Amino acid sequence: MQAAEKAREPLFDGPEWTFELMEKARDAIEEIALGDLGLDVYPNQIEIISAEQMLDAYSCVGLPLMYQHWSFGKHFARDEALYRTGRQGLAYEIVINSNPCISYNMEENTMAMQTLVMAHAAFGHNHFFKNNYLFQQWTDAAGIHDYLAFAKNYIAACEERYGLSAVEEVLDAAHAMQSQGVFRYGRPPKPTTEELVAMQKVREGYESGQSVLDIWTDSTLGRDKLEEVEDASYSARRKMMNLPQENILYFLEKHSPVLDAWQCELLRIVRMLAQYLYPQKQTKVMNEGCATFVHYYIINKLYEQGQIKQGAYMEMLHSHTNVVMQPEYDDPRFSGINPYALGFAMMQDIRRICQDPTDEDREWFPDFAGDPDWRKVMREAWANYRDESFIQQFLSPNLIRKFKLFTLTNDADLPNLVVSQIHNRAGYKAIRRDLAKQYDLAYLEPDIQVTDADLRGDRELKLTHTVRDGIHLDEEDQEEVLKHLRCLWGYGVSLDAVEATSES
Amino acid sequence: MHHFIDRRANPKGKSLGNRQRFLRRARENIKERVDQSVRGKSIQSGSGVPDEGEKVTIPSKGLKEPRFFHSSKGGTRRHVLPGNKDFVVGDTIKRPQGGAGEGGRKASEDGDGEDEFSFTLTQEEYLEILFDGLELPDLVEKATVETETIGTRRAGLTTAGTPNNLNLVRTMRNSLGRRIALQRPTTKTQKDLEEQIAELEALDERTQPQEAFLDELKKRLEGIIRKRKVVGYIDPLDLRYDTFVPEKIRNSRAVVFCLMDVSGSMQEREKDLAKRFFLLLHLFLERCYEHTELVFVRHTHHAQEVDEETFFYARETGGTIVSTALEKMKEIIEERYPPDEWNIYGAQASDGENFGNDSIRCKNLLLNDLLPVSQFYAYVEIVDEAAEMLLNNPEAGEDLWQNYREVKEQAQHFEMQRVSQPGHIYPIFREFFLPKVKGAQNAGS
Repeated sequence: MQAAEKAREPLFDGPEWTFELMEKARDAIEEIALGDLGLDVYPNQIEIISAEQMLDAYSCVGLPLMYQHWSFGKHFARDEALYRTGRQGLAYEIVINSNPCISYNMEENTMAMQTLVMAHAAFGHNHFFKNNYLFQQWTDAAGIHDYLAFAKNYIAACEERYGLSAVEEVLDAAHAMQSQGVFRYGRPPKPTTEELVAMQKVREGYESGQSVLDIWTDSTLGRDKLEEVEDASYSARRKMMNLPQENILYFLEKHSPVLDAWQCELLRIVRMLAQYLYPQKQTKVMNEGCATFVHYYIINKLYEQGQIKQGAYMEMLHSHTNVVMQPEYDDPRFSGINPYALGFAMMQDIRRICQDPTDEDREWFPDFAGDPDWRKVMREAWANYRDESFIQQFLSPNLIRKFKLFTLTNDADLPNLVVSQIHNRAGYKAIRRDLAKQYDLAYLEPDIQVTDADLRGDRELKLTHTVRDGIHLDEEDQEEVLKHLRCLWGYGVSLDAVEATSES
Repeated sequence: MHHFIDRRANPKGKSLGNRQRFLRRARENIKERVDQSVRGKSIQSGSGVPDEGEKVTIPSKGLKEPRFFHSSKGGTRRHVLPGNKDFVVGDTIKRPQGGAGEGGRKASEDGDGEDEFSFTLTQEEYLEILFDGLELPDLVEKATVETETIGTRRAGLTTAGTPNNLNLVRTMRNSLGRRIALQRPTTKTQKDLEEQIAELEALDERTQPQEAFLDELKKRLEGIIRKRKVVGYIDPLDLRYDTFVPEKIRNSRAVVFCLMDVSGSMQEREKDLAKRFFLLLHLFLERCYEHTELVFVRHTHHAQEVDEETFFYARETGGTIVSTALEKMKEIIEERYPPDEWNIYGAQASDGENFGNDSIRCKNLLLNDLLPVSQFYAYVEIVDEAAEMLLNNPEAGEDLWQNYREVKEQAQHFEMQRVSQPGHIYPIFREFFLPKVKGAQNAGS
C-alpha cells in the first residue's frame, strides 16, 4: 500500500493551472479529505474569478448576490483604492456557506495555490459549514441563494416603486442596527415543510404577508395579539410584545406604528442576512483553524504520496507559514491575535494531545488525551463548539506557553496598565477564560434591548443598554443610530444605560 | 457531485449600481469638491481632467455608517496578548497614547476613523458632475476636424539632382570609401615626400646613395601626383542628392481662442460659467489633437491678450465693444496661427451687452474673416437665472444676439446658446461633436 502510494505520479508540474489539472487535483484532495480525514462536505462549486470580481465580492460581504446599496459602493471604492495602490492584497479565495458550497478562486493563483485553496476552502471550510452546530441550526445553506435573489429583486422592485431615497432611508437605518438584528439566545429556526411552502410563496409573488421568520417567531414567541388585548399594563405589554427584546430590528418590524409592509420586509431582509452571517462572526478562529489544519494535512499527505513536487510543496508551505504567522504584541505588524494562527495551533495541539499526550495534558484533558482516533475528536470539536467555548475547552497550557500569552488589564481609573496574568501555572485558567471572553460576541457587542413601548400612551420606545465593566457606547455614533431608530419608530426613542448587576 | 465554473468572462461592473448609489449619496459633497477643483484648476496646465480620472476627497460625514459599539475609552477591560518576554504578574505599563491601546480593535468596521474619504472619479463621472447631469457621449474618436496641408516628405536619395539638394554627408561618405578603396594618396603623404626631396636637394653635396634615393623619391612623387589626379577627391560617382515628394499632411494641432467680456457686469458667477465653457471645449479638443494651445483674449472697450490667471481673476473696467476682441483674434491668427497649419476654435462668452451698432461689425468680422478659417465657433450668453423669458425664447434678445443669429443661419459651424447654469453649456457642443457631424471643413484647404 505504502509502496503503491509512493509510486504515484505528480498531479501537476509548473505554475500554470488548467481546468483539467484542477479537476485532477480536486479528486486527489477529495480522496484524502473524505477517505482519510473523514470529512463530510456539501457538493463543491468552484468558480474562477478575476481580481475585479474579487473586489466586487468584497464589497458585498462575500455574498454572490446582493441587493444594491451605496455603502457597498463605498466599500468597493475604498478596497479598490487600497488594492490599486498596493496597500492591500486580495484574498486567494472566498467561500460561501451554501449548498452547493461555492468557493471563488482567483485566476492569478498558481496551480500550487489553487490546490492549496481547494483543500482549504472547498474541503476545510465546507466541512465546517456543513457540520458546525451554529451553521446547522441558524443558517439555511440550501436556501440562501434563493433568499438572496429574492432580496435583491424585492429591493430593486421597491426602489422602482417607492423611489431610491425612500428605500435608502430604510436600509440605512436597518444597517445601523444590523448587530442588534439577531437573535442571540432565542431558539433558531428550522423551517418545516409548511414554512418552506410559505417561503416559496413569498419569493414567487413577493406577498408582503408573512415570511418564514414570521411564522417561526410567531409560533415560538407567541402571536402578536396587540389588537385583541385591552389591558394596557406594563406586564401585559411585556407579554404581548415579548419584552425585553434583544432583536431590535425584529421588534420594529413587528411593532413599529409607522412602517408600511414593504418597509417591514426590508428590515426583515437585513435582519435575515445579519442572522445568516452571525455564526461566521462567532467561529472565526475555529473556521479558519479547521480549514488551515485540513489544507496543511492534505498537502503534506499529497507530498508524501509524491503527488506534488517539492517546488509546489515549498510554495504552499511558504504561503501557509505567512498565513499562520502570529506577530508578538510589541511587533509593529501586531494587530490582535491572528485567528488563523490560533486556530491552526489549537487544531495541531489537539492532534498532539491525542497522539502524544504529556502528563499535563492528561490532567487537563482527561476526556481525550491519548485518544487513538484523533480525527474523530477533532471532528466533534468542529461540530459542537464556537470560538468562545472552543477556547474555553481546548486551549492547553502548552499553547499558552508557546504563544507566551499574558493578560493586560486596562482599568480607566488606574494610571497604568497592569499585567494581571502570565503563562504560568497560576495564570493558565485565567488567561484561557479571558481569551475565551475576547471571542464572546455577546460580550463584545453592546447588550441593547427594547424594554418598553407603550403604544397607547406616549409611544416612546425605551431601550436599555446593559453596561458591563463600565464600558459605555461610543456617543457620537450612538446619537446617529438613534436618529435612524426614531425614523423607523416614528416617535421618541430613548436609550438608558444600566450597570449590569451581577456580571464578572 | 462537483463542478468548476469559469466566471471570468462574466460581465464586469457588477457593483456599478452600488457605485451609482454611492455617488448619488455623496453627490453634494462631491459636487462641492469638483466645483472647487475646477475653480482651482488651470485649463491650460491642469489640462482639464486626466484620462485616468480625478481623485477626490470628501468629508466622510454623510457617508458614515453608524453602529452601536463600545466606546474605546473607559471601563475595565482585559486583553490577552501574545509574546510575553519578561513581564511578571503585577508589572505596570504606561498607557499608550490616546488611551485606546488595543481597545481600538472594535473601533469601526469600515475603519473610517479619519474624517475624509478619498476615491477616484472616472473622467466621465467627473464631467457628469461638473456639468450637472448632462449625459456625455463617448468622447473618443469624434470630432477630429483636421486640416490638410500639402507638404513635402523626404523620399530617399538619388544620384542626380540640383546642387541645393546635395546630401553632403552621404556624398562625402561615398567619397571617403572610394578614396580608401582606390588607395588615393593623401595630401600628407605627398607633402612628406616633397619635404624629403627638398631636404635632399638642399644638401650641397650628395653621396651616391643619396642621389639614387632622391631620384627614387622624385619618381614616387610623380606617381603620387598622377594617382591623385586620376582618383579625384570627389568624383561624380560619389554625389548623392536628397529627394522630396509632395504629400498631404494631416494637421493635428489646434488652438482655442477664449474670448471673454470682462466688463463690470461679468461677476464671479458669470466668469465661473464661462470657465466651464472654455474648459469643456478644451477638453473635447484635447482628446482629438496631439497638441492644443489656448489663447486668452479679454475685452472691455478694447481687447488684449492675457494669461489665464489674469483672464479669470483680474478686474477691468470700461465699456463693452465686442468687435475689438474679434479683431484681436483675427490679428493673432494672422500673426501666429496660419489656418493651414492650425485647427482654430473660437469660444466666446459674454453677457450679451455691446456698444451701439458694433454688433453688425461683429457679424461681418465673423462671417468674412473668422468663420472661414475656424473649425468651430461657439458663443455663450450668460444670463440671469431669473431671465426665463430669454432662456426660453431664442428670438428675443439684444443687438448682439440678433446679429449672431443671422451668423448662425449662414454658418453651420457656429453655435450659440444662452446659459444660466452649468447644465446649459453642454448642448452647444453636443450637436457639433456628435459622431455623424464632422463639422465644417476648413475653407482654406
